[in-house]
Amino acid sequence: MAIRTDNNMQSRPLLALLIIFGGIILLMAAMILSIIYGAADIDLPTIWQSLTQFDPSQTAHQIIRNLRIPRGLAAALVGAALAVSGAIMQGMTRNALASPSIMGVTAGASFMIAVAMAISSQVTTISLAIWAFAGAGLGAGIVFGVGTISKSGLTPVKLALAGTAVTSMLSALSSGIAIHFNIAKDMSFWYAGGVASVQWIHVKLLAPIVIIGLILALLLSKSITVLNLGEDVARGLGQRTVLTKIIATTVVLLLTGAAVSVAGTVGFIGLVIPHITRFLVGVKYQWIIPAAAVLGALLLVLADTASRMVNPPFETPIGTMTALVGVPFFLYLARREGRGL
Amino acid sequence: MISRTKRTSLWLLGLTAGLILTILISLNLGTMSISPIDVWRTMIGQGTDQNQLVLFDFRLPRIVIALLIGAGMAISGAILQGVTHNDLADPGILGINSGAGFAVVLFIYLTQNSLTSTVFILPLAALGGAVLAAALIYLISWKNGVSPIRLILVGIGINAAFSALIIVFQLKMDPDDFTKAQIWLTGNIAGTDWSYTLALLPWIVILLPIAFYKASTLDALHLGDETAQGIGANVEKERIFLLVIAVALAGASVAVGGAIAFLGLVIPHLARKLVGARHHHMLLTSALLGALLLLVADTIGRNILSPSEIPVGIIVSLIGGSYFVYLLMKS
Repeated sequence: MAIRTDNNMQSRPLLALLIIFGGIILLMAAMILSIIYGAADIDLPTIWQSLTQFDPSQTAHQIIRNLRIPRGLAAALVGAALAVSGAIMQGMTRNALASPSIMGVTAGASFMIAVAMAISSQVTTISLAIWAFAGAGLGAGIVFGVGTISKSGLTPVKLALAGTAVTSMLSALSSGIAIHFNIAKDMSFWYAGGVASVQWIHVKLLAPIVIIGLILALLLSKSITVLNLGEDVARGLGQRTVLTKIIATTVVLLLTGAAVSVAGTVGFIGLVIPHITRFLVGVKYQWIIPAAAVLGALLLVLADTASRMVNPPFETPIGTMTALVGVPFFLYLARREGRGL
Repeated sequence: MISRTKRTSLWLLGLTAGLILTILISLNLGTMSISPIDVWRTMIGQGTDQNQLVLFDFRLPRIVIALLIGAGMAISGAILQGVTHNDLADPGILGINSGAGFAVVLFIYLTQNSLTSTVFILPLAALGGAVLAAALIYLISWKNGVSPIRLILVGIGINAAFSALIIVFQLKMDPDDFTKAQIWLTGNIAGTDWSYTLALLPWIVILLPIAFYKASTLDALHLGDETAQGIGANVEKERIFLLVIAVALAGASVAVGGAIAFLGLVIPHLARKLVGARHHHMLLTSALLGALLLLVADTIGRNILSPSEIPVGIIVSLIGGSYFVYLLMKS
């Protein structure tokens, strides 16, 4: 598997620190860019005014406070959540292709959201999130289950295939529900929506879950580093691998469920960012996880801003922007993967 | 123990009988049920005008098209599996369907035409998309030859790329075209009339016999490249020829029936289980099985929630997907 052959067993804490702090500064800059740029252009002093001397009668202030800021924050939180989910999944399964969108997690969440929308036309943000969690669990459960039950175990190819199969089954069901209950347009707006229509309530929902998820991920990071050496080694070193895996999976579901419930299906962040991070900071998940969080947040804020710039005044779905980065990277991995398997 | 050929003949006979029975049932069921006797009367030209209209103008073309698409997709899958000697290959997983889908969505978007008025051009667009996807997959997986696993992984990536592009253009459509494209992408053969059937018929009628004719080449390729070379097959040339056939079959079927997933994957497996891996028997069985499965699925989709319809692709995904997951667990 690619991760192991890549491991030169080195960790670069200095570079990691640089990425984390430099990344946070870049993230701030990206957020400001994302607040400035949009259908109504806004200058820096106005942003400052809207924060310090908020004047409800000014449209620009309203736009900044109620549309742009929550949107930027949500993009950062979703990016961090997906990147960390992917990092944990890849570390835990030692599988280079593990990531929320490949492993049926996102498809599961969208399926349950279709169910929720079909049952009631007036679903609240909170209940939508709960449905998405359940769905994320369902999707991951099936894919993991198939991989684990199968005789030769969870090889990357099998994982990708099981993920693809489960994803297309679940999305077939979702579109069936969407067509039958006449919610196709609602569904696909949500599906491709990204963070365009995010409100404060979404941020308030997302922030605590992502923060708790990130803290748990950091606490787990040492165990994941050990687990990444192989299950036997981990057990030999006295780790309770089953417990680690259960907690890690819960964290993945929390983070992915929250991200998907707010932003729909944003692919490839969870696949690409952990790889780039590992390449930069080395093998220690104590560094990988915080660095991945920052880079994921940065990439998604930039992708969201770009999605508004490509074809104004229309917004290009954010999933497409991330696919633009993600697909070439996936193909590169696929070409490399084919040799060792 | 009966001989292999005899067993194959029995299966072929059984499947043909099953197919005829399903056709009769499918003619008989629908929003307006027509009794078997009336079906018969109408078939021999003594039915009421209304029955004649329902059977000949609505149900029969739809049945024929289900049969054609089922056979086309199944054979496409069987060829792809033989060529890549990978039993998990299929036009859907390799991204050929989404390539065709992308071309069709792009076409609808650019021309702003409704799907019905472009019935003869759409298969060409879909075919172009399918060929583009297949060529991309082949080129990107090429690295001193094409390893089957690389082919599949690259296919998954190409699939993701085209799916992302489909969404971009789909979201720019007006609501009417949007819903049409959505239903089409799920895989659907509702609202067919004879013009669709006529658009698809030549493709299937020409390509299926070529596929059958190439059965022994597929046998050789399925053994692996070295063995195939050893018995004198020009591996690369044959592979590309067969790929073109498979892509054309998938492209034409997808153009008319939409992106029906799993059919090309599951049917060849079942056929292999029933009659063995030799392509002479296997291809014929696949064609019959594919036709049967798609007709059964469409009949279910048409009737289970009548009067509203479930697109056939969803039914096939559910049946095919479960079987695929079962295959993965066993392998």
